[in-house]
Amino acid sequence: MSNPYAGLTDYLAFHRVETNYQQRTENRLDISKLRSAHNLLKESTFTPKLPEKGYCHRGLYININTLEVKEQPVTQEMKDIFIGGRGFGLWQLWHAVTPSTKWNDPENEIVISPGPLSGITQYPGSGKSIVVSISPQTDIPIDSNVGGYFGPLLKFSGYDFLEIQGKSEKEIIIFIDGQKGIIKIEECPLEPLDSHILAEVLTEMYAEGEGDRTNISVVSAGSAADNSLIGMLNFSWFDKRRGCIRLKQAGRGGIGTVFRDKRIKAIVIRGPEVKGDHNHPVDFETIAKTGIKLHKELRALDPSQCVMRRNGTAHIVEIMDAYDLLPVHNFQYGSHPETHKIASYIWDLRCTQRTSDGCWYGCSMSCAKGADGLTLRTGPYKGDVVTVDGPEYENAAGLGSNAGIFDAEAVLELNFYCDTYGICTITWGTICAFVMECYQRGILNKERTGGLELTWGNWTADLELMHQMARGEGFGKIVGLGVHKMKHIFAERGWGDPKLLDDIGMENKGLEYSQYLSKESLAQQGGYAMTNKGPQHDEAWLIFMDMVNKQLPTFEDKAEALYYFPLWRTWFGLNGWCKLPWNDVSPKDNHLRHEPHKIPEHVENYLAMHGAMLGTHITVEDMLNQSARVYNFQRIFNIRMGKGLRIHDRAPYRSMGPVSKEEYTSREDRYDQQIRDEMGQDPAKMSLEERMALHRTWRTDRYEKLTDAVYKRRGWTSNGVPTIDRIKELGIDFPEVLDVVKPLLS
Amino acid sequence: MITVNGDPLDWYDGITVQNILSAKKYKFPMLIVTINEMHVPKENYADTTVPDEAEVKVIHLLSGG
Repeated sequence: MSNPYAGLTDYLAFHRVETNYQQRTENRLDISKLRSAHNLLKESTFTPKLPEKGYCHRGLYININTLEVKEQPVTQEMKDIFIGGRGFGLWQLWHAVTPSTKWNDPENEIVISPGPLSGITQYPGSGKSIVVSISPQTDIPIDSNVGGYFGPLLKFSGYDFLEIQGKSEKEIIIFIDGQKGIIKIEECPLEPLDSHILAEVLTEMYAEGEGDRTNISVVSAGSAADNSLIGMLNFSWFDKRRGCIRLKQAGRGGIGTVFRDKRIKAIVIRGPEVKGDHNHPVDFETIAKTGIKLHKELRALDPSQCVMRRNGTAHIVEIMDAYDLLPVHNFQYGSHPETHKIASYIWDLRCTQRTSDGCWYGCSMSCAKGADGLTLRTGPYKGDVVTVDGPEYENAAGLGSNAGIFDAEAVLELNFYCDTYGICTITWGTICAFVMECYQRGILNKERTGGLELTWGNWTADLELMHQMARGEGFGKIVGLGVHKMKHIFAERGWGDPKLLDDIGMENKGLEYSQYLSKESLAQQGGYAMTNKGPQHDEAWLIFMDMVNKQLPTFEDKAEALYYFPLWRTWFGLNGWCKLPWNDVSPKDNHLRHEPHKIPEHVENYLAMHGAMLGTHITVEDMLNQSARVYNFQRIFNIRMGKGLRIHDRAPYRSMGPVSKEEYTSREDRYDQQIRDEMGQDPAKMSLEERMALHRTWRTDRYEKLTDAVYKRRGWTSNGVPTIDRIKELGIDFPEVLDVVKPLLS
Repeated sequence: MITVNGDPLDWYDGITVQNILSAKKYKFPMLIVTINEMHVPKENYADTTVPDEAEVKVIHLLSGG
């Protein structure tokens, strides 16, 4: 084929469309009518306050069944051991639930916590918060990180976390006014569920004047979260340039489903006007200087590095394709001739780039990218013109290539409906890829799908499936249960070989894989399946180190990487950081540093800012130990809820090697070479079936050996249980924690 | 013959770092390239020739996620 990138500069210059930022269909709802239908169920007052050294030293607990509203203390022990963010969420959740708690029991909670360094406006990527709950997909704790303004505004209103428990009998909105010190729980019968309308309506409703809209953030789900297990949460912020709300997502694990099961339509915060020193750090000057250094680095180097400011994470679509890592047709293949149709330069044309577009103040990485003027072609909003955040890499790959869809407008529409319906794009992508492969292999057919032709690339069927799910109808209702449950349903109905379904169903612990091909990277296979919450790439992304750079030749090397990186990444979630500014730009002299892949100067930046915020100076080892406490606690939490053992870290074979003959022959030279070099046999003397069987034995055996090495490095038994010594060493030897592991260690 | 990240690659007279990156389809923009442990700046990829039997490393910094 001809090079699709040839003449790219001229092509871009010729085809760029100057989009009208303001072009979108106005919502036609009468806000005063919606508001007049509200019924105040509870009103409480509190004293707003700003953090000191990043902490407010209190959390907010709301029981939406009993309407109890109270403040929770944040103790020194909590700060020392659990830090904040994900740590606080897990600690609060631990005390709220029992081993028998199910996701839809009233005692299950949704905890949102920003972390002590969240809300800094001087350093890029500091607006994150973490949402924790018992997942309807995995039945264990899920943690999901999210941008948008809610987390920082919660902290600047005076709370280190928000803890929601109970189930409401009525549709409610929780409103936290951090300016006036008022908390309201209101029955809200008329507001629509879908987020692109609901967040806009509530922003208008609760802002006191136009200038106040930037102080509002709305947490909401959508109509599909009501009818599936894969619901996610949108966190809004008001985009002054466009005059509309934008959405970021706490996507993974079905927290939006928990939210809607509690009959919460939205949580609205009205924070104070954001100022640069709201966290009251010990040493503001160091934070400011460190931020300026990175701002300069980004402006100077990003154009020749990842181009994040222009293209966001979608810049790696064509790169993943080039390295045979882009998921195509349910992770069967790693590249496709039509990838150029969803490559970064297409999004560059389609999104309104070249603007500062971060999801929190001061983020000069600005990876959010609005696609304006999208005219919807299907569904309840057909004909409407909307703004949707241009696809991140995961969305372009998951909604696009993995389903064989190479139509940019279709990917944008899928992205829009996932967002407004409140479902996870990554999860939806992997689910659709699975059912499309089932269709390809005759496991599904038109009769079984209710008439939907789920062939590769059929984006209209993909969208109709999603609309069905949002309506709680047809095959869409089954699909909304996720891959894990679908495998069992199909097997029970006699649809397909259960073993094949296990092989091609890309889930672990009940959570769907995110969008990277891990077959040729053993370390990444572990990076996906040896995780706490399930196969998400935010613990360890090791494919380049392992598969391309060959920096991890031994099991012990891989295990070391699977020790360091999950802990390093956990630290972001404890403190309220976004990962992207860490390693999607690197200093000019980075190559001179020891272990340059860890971007040492940026690690030093984080250490400096931690010290400047809290006044306590820590080392890299301290940092890793902070994370290890929470990481091991979460592992034990999983065990407490019935998972967290070796059997739960098993990976589907599709993530490890070629399931089908077509997959094998697509990489035949590579696989045959491995038989010669790694297994010491002659592939020429073997049938295709024999070669595939040999690979399966070799690859699964290597995965088991990796598991042994990783568990040993992490201080776990061969069954994946943290040892008493390790638990004591970390200082998390609470009696109730030891009670969970002791029966497994005797 | 040279090695690139441990894998053999045919050598020819005048082969440059850029030629190697193209042959290996290494498109990622954040690379650290060394020839026999000597760093090659990005701006010199097209002009830097690689001697026979060289050990070339092309370290891709992490990405993803």
